[in-house]
Amino acid sequence: MTDTTSDLVRIRSAYLRLVARRRQAGALATLAFVAAMAAGFRLADLGNSGPFLRGLLHLGDFPAEILAEASRKAALIPGLLWHDLPALVETLNIAAAATLAGSLCGGALSLLASPGLAPWPRLVPVVRRVLDLCRALPDIVVALVLVFVMGGGPVPAAIAIALHTTGALGKLFSEVNENADRRPVEGLASVGATWAQGMLFGVLPQVMPNWLSYILLRFEINIRASAILGFVGAGGIGYELRNAISWGLGQYDAAAAVFLLLILTIVAVDQLSSALRNRLAKGV
Amino acid sequence: MQLSVEGVTRVFGRTTAVDRVTFAVDGPAMIGIIGRSGAGKSTLLRMMNRLTDATSGRLLFDGQDVLTLTGPARRAWQARCAMIFQQFNLVPRMDVVSNVLHGTLNRRATLPALLNWYPRSDIHRAIDILDRLGIALQATSRVESLSGGQQQRVAIARALMQDPRVILADEPIASLDPMNAQVVMDTLRRIQQEDGRLVIANLHTLDTARRYCDRVIGMRDGRVVFDGTPDLLTTDAARAIYGAGADFSEAATSTAIEALDAPSLAPAPTRA
Repeated sequence: MTDTTSDLVRIRSAYLRLVARRRQAGALATLAFVAAMAAGFRLADLGNSGPFLRGLLHLGDFPAEILAEASRKAALIPGLLWHDLPALVETLNIAAAATLAGSLCGGALSLLASPGLAPWPRLVPVVRRVLDLCRALPDIVVALVLVFVMGGGPVPAAIAIALHTTGALGKLFSEVNENADRRPVEGLASVGATWAQGMLFGVLPQVMPNWLSYILLRFEINIRASAILGFVGAGGIGYELRNAISWGLGQYDAAAAVFLLLILTIVAVDQLSSALRNRLAKGV
Repeated sequence: MQLSVEGVTRVFGRTTAVDRVTFAVDGPAMIGIIGRSGAGKSTLLRMMNRLTDATSGRLLFDGQDVLTLTGPARRAWQARCAMIFQQFNLVPRMDVVSNVLHGTLNRRATLPALLNWYPRSDIHRAIDILDRLGIALQATSRVESLSGGQQQRVAIARALMQDPRVILADEPIASLDPMNAQVVMDTLRRIQQEDGRLVIANLHTLDTARRYCDRVIGMRDGRVVFDGTPDLLTTDAARAIYGAGADFSEAATSTAIEALDAPSLAPAPTRA
């Protein structure tokens, strides 16, 4: 079909060159990956208290001990679940409040950080660095500082998590915003709407399904984060877990109850959020 | 080559999409399946390729029931029974030759393919196939930069790369303009005749079926209501297939360029 056979030869060699380049890139990447893994493994193994492979065999020891003790005291677990329920509610409250505050702040900042939507384009890099900073500070460090300043309790934990959520969601939201269609915004500007009105009525309806899906994912992450912050005195179920799981107290049944509650909660939230997301995707 | 479809049925919930379809094919041919939307044409083809499971029935190819195959045997059948889709179903961000080489995936290990490690002979064959279909010049382009007609020819090239006994085409020209539709149908007819393959195509226009097919099967509400050579396909037979009244005019559903001379071009009276 091509004019001459020389055309075909040219096409073949052009494609083979393309493939050769790709193979080269692939081979280099594979080599770099293997080298990094090998070097990292050696380095990590030197840092361990014992050889990695021998340690691997003992990986299950601690969980096995917990499970063994928990199954011996299985009859106590329903009572412990009931006892831990208020702590769980506190943990969920911390996560929910932090997610709500973080999504509101993150949403507002994301609009300021999206080129093309931002009212002050020069501030876009500044807002982005602020979001970077929010993500860079580990929430556990923020919580420790706040606990030191304000004393223990759920409020420092909620603030710490909200800060991190703001940074994470602000970045994800602004990536969604960049794909939003500008024409509705222009249409609203043409009727004399303010910038905020343009965002609320022109952009939010487009990005909301994606935003909500990120918010729900973040809520799941925040439940775990707020459980961990309990370890540093922020209350909630993490505090119960720290007390129960310390070695040699003979309270592994309580630890098992906490784990059970956490797993059930995460599963429930996951079910809830996928149901919500499905409804959104269908546009109900 | 013997294909025998025996009472193949598919039930979705309470609706029977394909209802005891039975026909047999002996040797290479070009077969057109016609019928209005929802008649079960696509479901039938998808069951043949095993993309959709059948509720009951048998589909014998050279004496083997392909509907009961599972795992590697099912995938091996899929490699021998290529499928062409209405929306092309190519990978838009990959180049044309890579898309054609995907036709060999059933025979190749995953990891070498991931690293672009296809045998040189396969690459040459892929480019030869593209040349045969007249799109070799696009070999290194991304599929998404091609026109619809070119993309459908890439899809046919991927099918040919499988070197299949059977080619199933599900509305191959429904999203193409008349010129490209003709190129694609000519191509399908050519590879059927030159290579001696069995081509089964779902078509939604009568004139395409008449012009290109050796045999036409008409479906209505999941059942076969017509099975014969194109010259038996009278206007009355067409009315029965489409469930249309006396106002049915064939020219109105035509996408052939000659149909422009026909008197009526009113919007689809097939009530699809």
